Amino acid sequence: MVDNSNKEVIWNFFAHFILIVFAVICIIPMVITISVSLSNELDLARNGYSLFPRIFDLSAYRYIFKAPNALLNAYGVTIFITIIGTILGVLCMSLISYPLSRSDFKWRGIIGFVVLFTMLFNGGLVPTYIMITKYLKLRNNIFVMILPIIVNAWNIFLLVTYMKEIPASIVESAKIDGAREIVIYSRIILPLSKPALATIALLLSLRFWNEWYTALLYITDQSLLPLQFWMQRVMRNMQFLLMNQDMMGGDAISVNDLPSESVKMAMAVLAAGPMMLVFPFFQKYFAKGLKIGGVKG
Amino acid sequence: MENSPNLKKLILKDNRKRNLELFWLCVPALLVLLIFNYLPMGGIVLAFKNFKPLKGVFGSDWVGFKNFEFFISSLQFWKVTRNTLLYNAMFIVLTPMLAVSFAILLSEMNKGTYVKIYQTIFFLPYFLSWVIVSIMLYAFLKTENGFINTILISAGMDPVKWYIRADLWPYIIVFMGLWKSVGYNTVIYYAGLMGIDPALYEAASIDGASRFQRIFRITIPMLTPIIVILMILGVGKIFFADFGLFYTLPMQNGLLLPTTDVINYYTYRILIEVHDIGMGSAIGLFQSVLGLILVLTSTWLAKKIGSGNNSVL
Repeated sequence: MVDNSNKEVIWNFFAHFILIVFAVICIIPMVITISVSLSNELDLARNGYSLFPRIFDLSAYRYIFKAPNALLNAYGVTIFITIIGTILGVLCMSLISYPLSRSDFKWRGIIGFVVLFTMLFNGGLVPTYIMITKYLKLRNNIFVMILPIIVNAWNIFLLVTYMKEIPASIVESAKIDGAREIVIYSRIILPLSKPALATIALLLSLRFWNEWYTALLYITDQSLLPLQFWMQRVMRNMQFLLMNQDMMGGDAISVNDLPSESVKMAMAVLAAGPMMLVFPFFQKYFAKGLKIGGVKG
Repeated sequence: MENSPNLKKLILKDNRKRNLELFWLCVPALLVLLIFNYLPMGGIVLAFKNFKPLKGVFGSDWVGFKNFEFFISSLQFWKVTRNTLLYNAMFIVLTPMLAVSFAILLSEMNKGTYVKIYQTIFFLPYFLSWVIVSIMLYAFLKTENGFINTILISAGMDPVKWYIRADLWPYIIVFMGLWKSVGYNTVIYYAGLMGIDPALYEAASIDGASRFQRIFRITIPMLTPIIVILMILGVGKIFFADFGLFYTLPMQNGLLLPTTDVINYYTYRILIEVHDIGMGSAIGLFQSVLGLILVLTSTWLAKKIGSGNNSVL
């Protein structure tokens, strides 16, 4: 027995050790980014980046919020596409998932295939680009960052898997009571699928919050740049900030001690932060919502 | 009993009505898929045409396989195809290996609170866009004052000029790709593990099975279907590189292209910089068709080898 519990202790130590190493690897880049964003620029230049700020300094954030219009506008665009996109996406995908989870739905096979096929085959970047710009005329339209993304096979697949586990007898008894399908969907299926819906909502809002690829392709209008893409542009050209400063007629900071490194990191923190704060509210649903078929309990 | 035919008719009628109602629920999502997934597939004809904007998609002249010939004979073809395939192969193999290991370690923890904390932390990288990750990476790799070079210097070693050393980037790319996705996959596998019937483990422990026997005889076999599904999907996407990863991390640095250029980034440049619509479409079709063939082959193989019911929907 003693031997056994010894083994247990060693195993536990070993398991925690590996998991902690991985956890540290996951988290260190974020710690450094936050640390640099709160550091003094001169100190960074002299002593290099470090895990914790040696000289605590908020000037990077102060600098960004001196001329916040572009940033706030980008936030606005991102918040808009995240909220509208997530609502539309969860609605469309839960609507199609319910019929696909019903084994007595006659066209389940063909519709399931239509959905699945989009996962296996696509027209490719160029035909999609031509379609969207030439025929749908969605260039510089905010919905180009929403509509192509709201339905995807993978999320439907997660939802269907979850809904299949709802006992058929519940649906049957509602049918006997004469409830219409839309009522069964909204009154019974939706409330019972909460963990899966929360998971999908989080994954979707993540997609929208981090959206920059479609913007790279289709958005040139300054007022429609989403947060991540706006940031990417600013990074590529810090000159942009200098120009902004010139236009604002700012004279407090000369070009030389412009806090460019810490500003970059501060922007990364500002762009990633809000999603990080949202996460804990969804987390409890995850272990249930991310289940894929195959494992039978 | 005499009205049973009537009843049957009623049920049939009700079923037909319900079927139609269910179909209507599918319509919004199907419309979106039709417009944004299926209509562009029609644009595949562009791969066989010499596209002239004025003539439109269907008015442009046919050129047969010319666009494919141009792509395959171009200097970039081997480089981008090789890079794409090698990187994706690494991801397809390493992601499940790491994620399944971490998921098993998590499931063998006996304290729930630890599991939650670990899960939360592992998931964090998945929350970041590649744009943000590229900025974080820059903080590490920056030649002057970067975190890694600061450590190297203080350890008495020479600093490394990361952003001009193409030979180092395969490691950086693989590491960062795994860094962002392993945690998410760990949570998926962990969710799968939670679905395994505890009775199996109880029976095993009554029979005196060791921890490793439990892991290799119960846990991994039970997870195999999920691993297979995810790997098949990965194989289907093996010709598609994660654009964000290869576009943002090397910061579009030409010096790094020998090891960081991939098909998707190449297609993007063909479209945006060269405006060669025909060749761009041909590359897309090349990716999709080969991907589809690989998915079908690997599904067939997986079924043949045994684990059987991997039906996805």
